[in-house]
Amino acid sequence: MSHIKSIKFGLLSPAMIKKMASVEITVPELYDSDGFPIDNGLCDLRLGVIDPGMRCKVCGGTIGQCLGHFGYMELVKPVVNPLYGKVIFNILRTICRKCSRLLVDEDEVKKSGLKGAYKKAAKTCKYCGEKQKDISFEKPTTYFEGRRKITPEDIRERLEKITDRDAELLKIKGGRPEWMILTVLPIPPVTIRPSITLETGGRSEDDLTHKLVDVVRINERLKKNIELGAPDFIILDIWELLQYHVSTLIDNEIANIPPARHRSGRALKTLVQRLEKKEGRFRGNLTGKRVNFAARAVISPDTRISLNEVGVPLCVAKELTVPEMVNKINIGKMRDYVLNGENYPGANYVIKPDGTKKKVTEENKKEIAKELDIGYIVERHLVDGDITMFNRQPSLHRMSMMAHRARITPWRTFTLNLTATIPYNADFDGDEMNLHVPQDEEARTEAEMLMLVQNNIRSPRYGLPIIACKHDHISGSYLLTKEKKIDKKDVAQLLLNAFGPEFVMNNISEMGPCSGKEIFSLLLPEGLNIEFRSATCMGCNKCQKEKCPYDAYVVIKNGRLLKGVIDENALGEKKGKLLNRIEKQFGPDVAGKFLDSVSKLVLEFLTKKGFSISISDCDISKHAENMLNRAKEKTDETNKQTKKHKEDWEKIIIRAGNEIVNKCGEIVKNDIKENNIIVMVKSGARGSYVTVTQTSGVIGQKVLAGKLMKRGYTNRTTSHFVRGNLDMESHGFIKSNYKNGLSPIEFFFDAASSRENLMDKSLQTKHSGYMERRLINALQDLKVESDFTVRDSRHIIVQFVPGEDGIDPAKSDGGSINMEILE
Amino acid sequence: MLVRGVCLAEKKTKIDIFKNVLVPKHEILSEEEKTNLLEKLNISKEQLPKILSNDPAVKAIGAKSGDIVKIVRKSPVAGEYNYYRLVV
Ligand SMILES: [Mg+2]
Ligand SMILES: [Zn+2]
Ligand SMILES: [Zn+2]
Ligand SMILES: [Zn+2]
Repeated sequence: MSHIKSIKFGLLSPAMIKKMASVEITVPELYDSDGFPIDNGLCDLRLGVIDPGMRCKVCGGTIGQCLGHFGYMELVKPVVNPLYGKVIFNILRTICRKCSRLLVDEDEVKKSGLKGAYKKAAKTCKYCGEKQKDISFEKPTTYFEGRRKITPEDIRERLEKITDRDAELLKIKGGRPEWMILTVLPIPPVTIRPSITLETGGRSEDDLTHKLVDVVRINERLKKNIELGAPDFIILDIWELLQYHVSTLIDNEIANIPPARHRSGRALKTLVQRLEKKEGRFRGNLTGKRVNFAARAVISPDTRISLNEVGVPLCVAKELTVPEMVNKINIGKMRDYVLNGENYPGANYVIKPDGTKKKVTEENKKEIAKELDIGYIVERHLVDGDITMFNRQPSLHRMSMMAHRARITPWRTFTLNLTATIPYNADFDGDEMNLHVPQDEEARTEAEMLMLVQNNIRSPRYGLPIIACKHDHISGSYLLTKEKKIDKKDVAQLLLNAFGPEFVMNNISEMGPCSGKEIFSLLLPEGLNIEFRSATCMGCNKCQKEKCPYDAYVVIKNGRLLKGVIDENALGEKKGKLLNRIEKQFGPDVAGKFLDSVSKLVLEFLTKKGFSISISDCDISKHAENMLNRAKEKTDETNKQTKKHKEDWEKIIIRAGNEIVNKCGEIVKNDIKENNIIVMVKSGARGSYVTVTQTSGVIGQKVLAGKLMKRGYTNRTTSHFVRGNLDMESHGFIKSNYKNGLSPIEFFFDAASSRENLMDKSLQTKHSGYMERRLINALQDLKVESDFTVRDSRHIIVQFVPGEDGIDPAKSDGGSINMEILE
Repeated sequence: MLVRGVCLAEKKTKIDIFKNVLVPKHEILSEEEKTNLLEKLNISKEQLPKILSNDPAVKAIGAKSGDIVKIVRKSPVAGEYNYYRLVV
């Protein structure tokens, strides 16, 4: 085997193609009647071996040793390489048709290059005085001079005459320009186009072989016709056909020519198609590869496992294995794994010190277990506590792939803690996720230290918790900490359900009937002191702090919650001040445990208490209903105004719309008493007063393309209105609410604007996905070196201080450093 | 804007580009400062970020190829941030 020292991109010369080749291909048939490869056919044995047991005629290698050898085919008439169509066109109109010297000044060529120089081309050659003709190009491979076609033969003749110096000026690198016209075709080795033996015994050839057969066949036909002295038009026809086949051999998706098809009607995958696009050689096989020790399954929530864990189905755990080196200490355990065989927890393979791998089966497991010794490697099943990597696409930030400890379950889905859904952006409506098992100690250690969920609680994007409480966690802790008094019995039951008997025994002595705040305080670490406003804060003009009448000011002293309710501002993503402080002050271990126990306790409490909503939670009083109607009467008034001030009717409608919505929002907010929907809104668990207002108050103005509804018929939005109507109702203002229902026209406006939002969203994700890809590609090699400079892969400095301020946002407090809590 | 720039250039009118808020301060390092900087960073000068000698700011301060320019940038996170670029 030789080693690659360098790669040069350029054109192959006909001489080089022949030199590389081990055989000339002249026969379009592949096999003779015995099924044996025909000499000088496209499966000639000198092109390499694809059948096991055969030896290569050229190098003598077997299937793995011989990489294959190129062949060549002499084209009877030259053809254009379709990939250089445009380049050839530009050259042709920059050089003289007779002597091939440049038609432009050297300086001009240097300035505007091959792509622009033709614009300044002289009409007569200054070297030979030849008058030039107009050259046109018909994609992909046809050239005209005036009305006459220029044959590839003529083109080649012209290109041959270009001096090396002129070629250099035209920036033609990597070979002579005439090599862009093919006279000899390299035939790729069979190893890159292997045939498949079907169950029926027949052979199915690769797309590339099919295409090559076409090329050889046409070439031979052309040769015969020329030998027979066939008329010119027939020769030209076949020549053109040869051009088509060579073109599609190289690229089968060229515009303006029909792609070559398989018998089934499927377009053939030829050379360019093998390399291009996402599934092509570069992006599909080199940049990204498929891996072993990975699994993919639907995900489900599990409130009882830690955020650092992932539930792995037993059937998956039996397929995914961890290689473990046998040593003095673990030999007994390893022997047990082998003896279990395929019964969990068992082993699938054993690797001997000499590198041979053996599958553990029911028959040989006893034998292997006996043989097992220090230095053997056992590929054992995945067990509880193994480090795995869990991922959900699209992987937009580094928290899209985190390390979890495996927890083997009898179910059929991967399960994860709800706090981990935020960074993955996962839900359980059928989402699937991937699981990988690192195979060596270094990878496992690195994954555990850098990627474990609890070590990624703080997002490097904004320096605040991204792994946090959500939905029921928030409404649950709000309701719990609002509770004034809970019976001793209920407290014990709650804690037993959430944390088990041991926890209850340890805390029972001091436990009497107590408040929700006292129970919550059990989870807070000692030494924690913090005060902040909760999400339920009414934003009074002068905050009364701990004397807040709404219990919206949180006071925690030495780990005891004294005042205030715990909600989104304490535990939520980005906003959770309590969670943020615990992570900062006590580290990821304590923060991880805190999140685990909060979610367990709170969900247990909420389950016991019961938490449900219904449409009647949006009911409002008769009195409020009347107030709403009065507020909506403003539309009539506005409609009169728009008739008067026709120039700025839009402004008037928008202002009136806002006024009505605000007023109705106020009415609804003041009227609805605290029910479960309002609990969710106030605590920040889900929804907002806007949605509540839309449900029981008014929906408001709908917009399309950032403006009022204006499109549709001539001078009106739908045919239900008079032309030139300037009423609010005809331009997208929806007076109804979702609870009472919309009128058909209102419904249409609502749907139009919803459709716009939906389209915008799906188009946006496409854009941001591609932007992300480009950014990742551009920045992937940048790294903070040990001397605290940011450098690229050539060790050239990019930043002298990382991020200009030297702060790691993933270890900061909202992007900066909080000096107050630094000791 | 562009048209005006061309006209001024034709008239050979000098504009002080550093008066523009978007152009940060550039200055040439002295030999001593140069060696100090490279010593501090423990690098050869080729490992510095580059700036072309026909860069308008480089031309304006008269830096030559091989010089190191210190650029004092305003940073939204760090107030002021010193950047060093090798003129090539
Ligand atoms: Mg989903
Ligand atoms: Zn060989
Ligand atoms: Zn000439
Ligand atoms: Zn307040």
